[in-house]
Order: sequence, then structure tokens, then C-alpha cells
Amino acid sequence: MAASREEIRAGLAEIVYEITGVDAKDVQLDRSFTADLDIDSLSVAEVVIAAEDRFGVQISDDYIKNLKTVGDAVEFIQRAGAVA
Amino acid sequence: MTNGDRVRVVVTGLGATTPVGGDAGATWSGLLAGCSGVRALTAPWAADLPVRIAAPAAIEPAKVLERVEARRLDRTCQLALVAAREAWADAGHGASGASGAAAERVGVALASGMGGVTTLLNNYDTLREKGPRQVSPSALPMLIPNGPAAVVGLEIGARAGVHAPVSACASGAEAIACGIEMIRSGRADVVLAGGTEAAIHPLTLAGFAAMWALSRRNSEPERASRPCDRERDGFVLGEGAGVIVLESARLAAGRGARVYCEAAGHGISSDSYHLTQPDPGGHGAIRAMRQALADADLRPGQVRHINPHATSTPQGDVAEATAIQEALGAAAPAAAVSCTKSMTGHLMGAAGAVEAVATVLAVHHRMAPAAINLEAQDEKVPLDLVHGQPRRLPDGPFAALSNSFGFGGHNVTLAFRVTG
Repeated sequence: MAASREEIRAGLAEIVYEITGVDAKDVQLDRSFTADLDIDSLSVAEVVIAAEDRFGVQISDDYIKNLKTVGDAVEFIQRAGAVA
Repeated sequence: MTNGDRVRVVVTGLGATTPVGGDAGATWSGLLAGCSGVRALTAPWAADLPVRIAAPAAIEPAKVLERVEARRLDRTCQLALVAAREAWADAGHGASGASGAAAERVGVALASGMGGVTTLLNNYDTLREKGPRQVSPSALPMLIPNGPAAVVGLEIGARAGVHAPVSACASGAEAIACGIEMIRSGRADVVLAGGTEAAIHPLTLAGFAAMWALSRRNSEPERASRPCDRERDGFVLGEGAGVIVLESARLAAGRGARVYCEAAGHGISSDSYHLTQPDPGGHGAIRAMRQALADADLRPGQVRHINPHATSTPQGDVAEATAIQEALGAAAPAAAVSCTKSMTGHLMGAAGAVEAVATVLAVHHRMAPAAINLEAQDEKVPLDLVHGQPRRLPDGPFAALSNSFGFGGHNVTLAFRVTG
């Protein structure tokens, strides 16, 4: 079954917490990984790797470079066909 | 400039995490009590190895650090950070920087012999099994050999320079020598110096075993590391970190710091003999010891304690004993020699630093730890080896040497002296 936006957001929040220690409840759609959540680019790259593994998708390199908010990531993962 | 005009350097802080204890105090107690940190390796990955013993850190560093902090650090960095925090606090310096010195006057010299070798190998496994996209973006910063120095430099806000001299098993001692020079040359007032190593992995064990460098006393782990004993058959691979805070005597006095002893001098030489074999005549080691004595303005008779390199290999221990006898001459029998690797195993790039911590504490407490497993002293090592019980060192002024030698023919001797 396809994953809902909320399921993907919650999954990302768990990953972000695991990797950076940022509280999962702060990982909301409108938040920027770097500006709002203060996550450095290396950690964003780790989050992407973990998200690809968890949701069974591949995030293109071009998209990763332009990735800003949690919502951007959720939308991409959903369109790429993430399964719950 | 004569030695007398030079900036004097003292030791104001100590930190260690080793196979016998999770901090400097526990390590020292363990050394005085004759505790062995050598264990059987019972994990499945060790089952097919010819060597199934090692000396792991007594306390898991990842359990001491914050979870997120630990996951982005290679184990060498984790161990270094644990020891560095202890040493820095022990010296009375704070989380916001050095007490009495600007960040531009604070340096780091912290070495590792092998770097983040387990990070390298684990990421290579990932590359092979899962492909390039799953290789961690933290892999490279985690495996660079200067990583521990850089991480610790960030921690204490060091801006006078961060160094990581690499000289295999002499790395930790060379880093301390480098730290002494940073202060003497006027580049820094405070230097956090030491070494770290975390390389207990099937590849390193297989590689050292292939060189016949490791003890194969698999059935008796605690008896395997036996420097200068007739039945020794190689070293035991250990892991851990040792850090000392070096400081100009003027700064230490000005801020009323507790001083353990003087970091009186060092000697560094190279064998140019063989990549891995010690020079049987110990010529490079003799020069390192003589340079350290000259650098510290010491006569051989003032040396009353030695922490030797003595790893428990058949050739190395004899070559070092020959060198000590030559360097100290008639005064050699007056030095109480403590083979602490009998308890810690061989911490490679951290060995010289952990042994510097032990030597500083021996000078400070005037107590020489006793080796364990010294059941029949090799007659080719005619030194006064402390065994059985720790030995009281003399009242009044005296000095101690700590030797470290590394594959590649690196020789480093550090000299510490009672202050006051």
C-alpha cells in the first residue's frame, strides 16, 4: 500500500532524530533542514541515504542538491512510490 | 638559547581510557593492582582467526558520549574525545576554552597510528554489499588520521594549530614531543597532546598475525602479554586513548594550576635499518634516549624510572634492553622499569600517550607499577624490572623516561621530572 504523506513525514522525523538528535516533533513539512532544523549538509546527506533505504526509493542527485524543506522530501518520496 | 633559558613545560591535566580503566584514575589503580585488560574475542568474526585475544577498552566510549555525537565519530575519535574531556577538566580548563589563555594560544597534538581503519573497512563492506549510494557521507571525515586531533581541537576551541603526527606505535609519544615544542617555540601556551587507537578488527588481527607479531596464547588471554619474560611470543593488540595537558610553567603558575610534573624533554630518532625489524643494536633507540636526556638537562643517574616500549615481542624487548643499558651506562640498574603493556596490551598509536600518563602518575605519586606475567625474566633483558608489587620511587628530585618505537624505525623518548 502506498505510504501517506503523514507516514512519510513521521518516518523522516524518526530518521532525522536518529541521525541528528533533532526532536521528531520539530520535523514538520514547512521546516528547512538547514535553516530551521540546523542540520548540516553532511547530515542531510545521511538522512537521504537512510530515507532511500527505508522507503525503497532512489532520490536523484539533482533533487538532493535542491532539497530544502521536509515537505520537499516528503513530496518527492511519495511521488517516487514509497510504500508503507 | 641554552636549555636553561627555555620556556619550561609542565603537565597539568591527564585523561585516559584504556583496557584496564575508563579514566586516568581507574587506569592507574588497575596498573597498581596488576589487572590485565586482555580478553578472549568471542564474537563470531574472530572464530577463524589465528589470534583470538585482544585488549578492548574497559568502558565503551559510545556509552560515555551523547548518542548522536558518538554515531558520527570513528571509535578512535570517540576514545580521544573521552580522554581529552577528562584531561581538559582535570587541568581546570573549561568548556568555553582554556583558563588564562586565548584560543589562538591553545593547540592540539593528538595522533593515531592507523586512523579510522574500522570505519574504512566497514564502509568498504557497505560499498561491496549495498553499492556506492549507501556509503556514509561521514565515512571520509571519520577515517582521516587527523580526525581525532580535529575533533578534540573543535571541542576545546584550539586555534594555535592542530597536529597529528603519524609514526605507527610511536605516534602518541611523538605527538607529546610535538606539543612540548609548540610551547617551547612560542606558538602556544597550552597544548592538549596524546594518542588514540581503535583497530581491533579481523583485518588488523590477521595482518599482524601474518607477521607473527601477535601472541597466540589464545587459551590464556590474561597471561598473553608478558614483556621481557622468557615465554613471551608477541604483543596483544589493544585499544584506547591517553591525553595530557601540557602548559607553559608560567601560565600554570599564574593561574595556580595543579602541576603533576615537568615535561622536561624529548628525543626523536629514526633507525634507517628495516621497515619492521628493530635494529638489534638499538642504535636509534640509544640516540633517542640520549637526546631526551640532553634536551632535559639530565644525567643518566637522575633517571630512576622507565616505562619501556617493551611490547612482548621476542626481538624488540631485547633490543630495547640493550639500548637502555647503552644509553644509561652504569646508571641503568638504578632505574625501576615498569612494563605496563603486560596489563594494557599494546595500544599502538595510543601506547606512548597512555604510557606517558602512567609515567607522569608514577613520577607524581613516586610509585612504579609492577608488571604482571613476568615469571622468568629473560636473561638478555638484565634490567631492574618491577614485578610482584609496585615499588616506591625515591624521595627528592628524579626523572623518568618513557620509550616508544614504531614500525618504520621511529624512536621517541619522553622525559618527565619531579617539580618543586
